[in-house]
Amino acid sequence: MGMRTMKRMPANAKIANRLFVAAAGLSASSPILFLLLITGIVLVQSIPALRWMGWHFLTGITWNMGSVYGAMTVKNGVTAPAGASYGALPFIVGTLASSAIALVIAIPISLGTAMILAYRVRGVVKSALSIVVELLAGVPSVVLGLWGVVVLAPWVSSALGPFLTHFGPAIPFLKGPVGTGMGLLTSGLVLALMVIPIITATTRDLLERVPLHYREGGVALGMTNWEVVRHICLPHIRDGMIGSIALGWGRAMGETMAVLMVSGSAVNMLPHNLYSPISTMAAVIADQLDSAMTDASHMAVHALSALALVLLMLTLLTNLAARLLVNRSRGSRRIDLGVRV
Amino acid sequence: MLVGLADLFWTVLAKGVASFHFSMLTTVTHGIAGGLQNAILGTFELILLSTAIAAPLGILGGVYVSEFAHTKSAAAVRFLTEVLSGVPSIVIGYFGYLTMVLSFGWGFSALAGGMALAIIMLPYILRTTEVSLEQVPRSQREGAWALGMTRFQAVSRVVWRPAAGGIATGVLTAIAIGMGETAPLLYTAGWSSLNPTWQLTGHQVGYLTYVIWTYIDQPYPEAHALAYSAALLLLGIILIIHLVVRFLVHQSTGSARRHSLASYVRWIRSHASGVSASSAKRASATSTYRIRTR
Repeated sequence: MGMRTMKRMPANAKIANRLFVAAAGLSASSPILFLLLITGIVLVQSIPALRWMGWHFLTGITWNMGSVYGAMTVKNGVTAPAGASYGALPFIVGTLASSAIALVIAIPISLGTAMILAYRVRGVVKSALSIVVELLAGVPSVVLGLWGVVVLAPWVSSALGPFLTHFGPAIPFLKGPVGTGMGLLTSGLVLALMVIPIITATTRDLLERVPLHYREGGVALGMTNWEVVRHICLPHIRDGMIGSIALGWGRAMGETMAVLMVSGSAVNMLPHNLYSPISTMAAVIADQLDSAMTDASHMAVHALSALALVLLMLTLLTNLAARLLVNRSRGSRRIDLGVRV
Repeated sequence: MLVGLADLFWTVLAKGVASFHFSMLTTVTHGIAGGLQNAILGTFELILLSTAIAAPLGILGGVYVSEFAHTKSAAAVRFLTEVLSGVPSIVIGYFGYLTMVLSFGWGFSALAGGMALAIIMLPYILRTTEVSLEQVPRSQREGAWALGMTRFQAVSRVVWRPAAGGIATGVLTAIAIGMGETAPLLYTAGWSSLNPTWQLTGHQVGYLTYVIWTYIDQPYPEAHALAYSAALLLLGIILIIHLVVRFLVHQSTGSARRHSLASYVRWIRSHASGVSASSAKRASATSTYRIRTR
């Protein structure tokens, strides 16, 4: 690599080079640093709440700061206001249920759209449809929440909900009352809109990478288009597809604003039907930090931290699994610009 | 999905246009009514700060991963950066609250909000930088090294040029994402109905997404008008950024090769005196050869 010319290099160019590589190395390690700091601080901050509640943190239903201005009690070596109880089960259930509904709605739509984009359309139609998917990815969650409050919730309350209650005799979870429309179903619908672009973009990318001669082989065997997709393409991209779904799931669980706006902010209760108000972990953190600051023992803040810890663990696990699956099946590295992947 | 999206845009557009007044751009929020000037300026201040933090970190980090890192450490950084982008934004906001607002004593402030946004934007900038640099052919680096450039000079004078469009795309995408965020700002930036000052700590700032979130819950039509107008403005800005991004991507994929060659030649012309004469001559010979064969 031209060592002789390197020797003639002015000394300050060498110093600039060293400085640059060092600065670049530091910058490259900053995401890792942030990740470690976030996990570490959330973990340390949640220890008092976890000691206070023990395993009941995961199984309890009551979320109560206790009498903040009353006497303090000491339990398991930590201090909190009398009557404080932090049971996160409703929020964990709300998070899992709303994201599950989102996936049930989003998976068929996303896979269908991805197949259409990858195989069925080209030219203007293709770029128009992909722009639509990208636009959907670009809509801020708070704007989706606004739409959810103004349009979707009334529609769920007056049209979709009453329609679904007809299936109540067969599936008890669909029984009414429908309520205001702010609740589990609306949260799931809004989340589905946020998840669709993620699954669509990744799956489409994977479908376009299926080698052409595999598909040609299928056609030569006399398969129909659908059979080619079903028996050749989908098995080929299976890992990546599951990964992209996990990616969307992680995002649905971590979404805050849209859900906060349409979930109905339920506390101390588990959802009893598809329309009942819920709260998710992310929404509770955003909603309650204000009042948690009034707790002089800081136990309320620690409890929110524990909630953040559970959420972080869930999303990190799904993300780790998703990235491994997607990267393994994607082969070469490429990310879709403009889409949160 | 299409119906939902169309209805979303229609709702925001119709209600936004109906409630928008140009005076909103020049007045600040009073109680439940007034204008959006404080929120618009606050959003810009936050974005400016977060970009000033995230863009250098992300671009330098991307350069390191693509140009200097060993395969294994590059894979580790890449993977963990993707994982960081999966951390829920409210957790990042909560982290910012515990550290910057409380421990560092910055209070609800522009700097705390900007840092929280920067953590969210960083992964996108880093990854797009890395990907755009990896698409630059290796021969360009080899050419630069053969001219006796250090690795820094090779990156700063040759390799970045064909990747510039891609890097700009990453930064713009990150800005669009940052603009739409609310959750990380709730407990770092706070809210203020005054125009932002340039004091980075100790003063709360307003931002557009907060207006949408809070004012749609108020029972007053004036408050709703503010929320719809803020949504319209935000969606408009973000759409424009996405269009610019599409245009940039289109441009840079089409002309990457031509562009990079041109930059190569330009470098040789302007810096020939800095390197030894013989290598410059050799290089210019190669470049003329390349241009002819293209």
